[in-house]
Amino acid sequence: MRRLLTRVGQALLTFAIAVTLAFLLMRLTPGSPLPALDEQNRFTPAQEERLRKLYRLDQPIQVQYWEFLQAAFDGNLGPSIRYTGQTVTGLIAARLPATLLLGFTVLLLNFTFGTWLGVWQAVREGSRLDQGLSLLSISLYAIPSFWLGLTLAWLFGLEWRLLPVGGIHDIVMSPNADLGTRTVDLVRHLILPAATLSAVSIAATMRHQRSAMIEALRLDCIRTARSKGLSERQVIFHHAWRNALGPMVTLFGLWLPILATGTVFVESVFNWPGLGLLAAEAIGNRDYPLIMGTTLLSAALVVLGGLIADLLHGMLDPRVQAL
Amino acid sequence: MTDATTRPRSIWTTGAGRSGIVLLGLIALAAVTLPSILPDYRAMAFGHLLPPSGAHPFGTDYHGRDILARVARGAQISLMISLGAVLVAATIGTAVGLLAGYLGGWVDSVLMRTVDAALAIPRLFVLLLVLAALDRIPLPVLIVMLGATGWFGTSRLVRAEVLRLRHEGFVAAARALGAADWRIIFRHLIPNAAGPLIVAATLAVADVLLLEAGLSYLGLGVQPPTPSWGGMILDGLPFRSEAPWFCLFPGLAIVITVLAVSLIGDGLRQTLTPDRA
Repeated sequence: MRRLLTRVGQALLTFAIAVTLAFLLMRLTPGSPLPALDEQNRFTPAQEERLRKLYRLDQPIQVQYWEFLQAAFDGNLGPSIRYTGQTVTGLIAARLPATLLLGFTVLLLNFTFGTWLGVWQAVREGSRLDQGLSLLSISLYAIPSFWLGLTLAWLFGLEWRLLPVGGIHDIVMSPNADLGTRTVDLVRHLILPAATLSAVSIAATMRHQRSAMIEALRLDCIRTARSKGLSERQVIFHHAWRNALGPMVTLFGLWLPILATGTVFVESVFNWPGLGLLAAEAIGNRDYPLIMGTTLLSAALVVLGGLIADLLHGMLDPRVQAL
Repeated sequence: MTDATTRPRSIWTTGAGRSGIVLLGLIALAAVTLPSILPDYRAMAFGHLLPPSGAHPFGTDYHGRDILARVARGAQISLMISLGAVLVAATIGTAVGLLAGYLGGWVDSVLMRTVDAALAIPRLFVLLLVLAALDRIPLPVLIVMLGATGWFGTSRLVRAEVLRLRHEGFVAAARALGAADWRIIFRHLIPNAAGPLIVAATLAVADVLLLEAGLSYLGLGVQPPTPSWGGMILDGLPFRSEAPWFCLFPGLAIVITVLAVSLIGDGLRQTLTPDRA
């Protein structure tokens, strides 16, 4: 219990420092959100002054930070500057479903195939198969996600015309299409971005699972299980794999943030209306409140991912709790 | 996995390391020799969007420049950026990790909480925030930015090594003999922490290669007309259907280079860090 409280306190402190660092960094780099509003360059100095006042940009930075914190504690991240009339929470909420859909699909594919391939490699450690899969994973890791996305979009979308190359649904679909048609359409749009992200991210899962499993297969309990005459299947999945779960939990904690931000490149290649793209646009437009909103969310996920991984690790392996 | 008894003696005896070295050697050789036999990478002297042929093995781009020449020049630039950035990151990371681990106490707490917090902010956001604010992005600025956003993991690693080594007999012995702090740090801690540091730095080169390509693809990395692989992919984007080679070859160059560096990192890991697979 004491360990739990310390760890949660630590996580909150880390989060608070991260938010402060992000705010300082954002406001200390040059730039202003106003040019993005004024594409034709027609604002008079008086108008600019009025906008600056409206968004409190005329205040000293510590005042702005304090006001941001006060509002954030009430769950109010302020209005977006670029998207006049919309709140930051509203904009994030609108993008959340697409991001979560892509993120969960990738996590599912990544962990299903990554774990399975890693276990398979460990069981046949040193074989041709093991070496081949190692080479495959390290090669997949070497592919830039945006280039793989562009290449897949070119092949499957433009050359073979099998799948749509962008967006989340068909823009010419009839508004009263039934649920089945909509689902098929959604899945067709999801395939290429999800495949791209899973391919470039699977290497870490395979590698971690492989080494954790190799270590687990050397435990004494495995020898015991084998000598008891258990089937190889039971030895591998019931005895060894359970002991190889710890590092996977850590990895899962590291991957959690992909749900929010790890996808800027793939989202931009496939024009996927997710949070990564929203954040990148916000940064380009210097839309300060929106930048803080998206950064806050991803910092929260990073910290939370680490916390969850730690706690799960403790539950899986009682030895960790003693530390 | 290799344990201490079967640990490979040198990186050359590991399959991954050897293939990585050969591959990277070939890339470096190509990057150095090709520019002298190929047409100038800046010359807009040929037909535009010519398909690959004997005269232009990778074809030509929209401005009629030889793509192979630009890919070779891009190799020099990409390798220079990533090596430079990792050097910056390793230096800052080692300094911070040594300070935190050696001094301990509140210095350690403050530094490590800050590093944790910095790790929670996506590196790409920070890079976009700073690079998008600049009118021009000179190469040294890009290198420093990539380095300044890449040292957090290194500092953690070095700190952990220092904490581990602090309780080793030889450090205690050196201290008992009256060795100064700087002597303990430079003669005992750094050489003993070098193995994991070198492995991490090599793998970081691969990461920075990918990151720089991504930034250049977004138009926020290497600025045209200086050729970069990411930037060439961006240039070739509108011609994906009529001239697929335009995007294809710079992309393959990234894949092969990152693969070579990762293989070397893998070989080094097997050689230098015996207790991890």
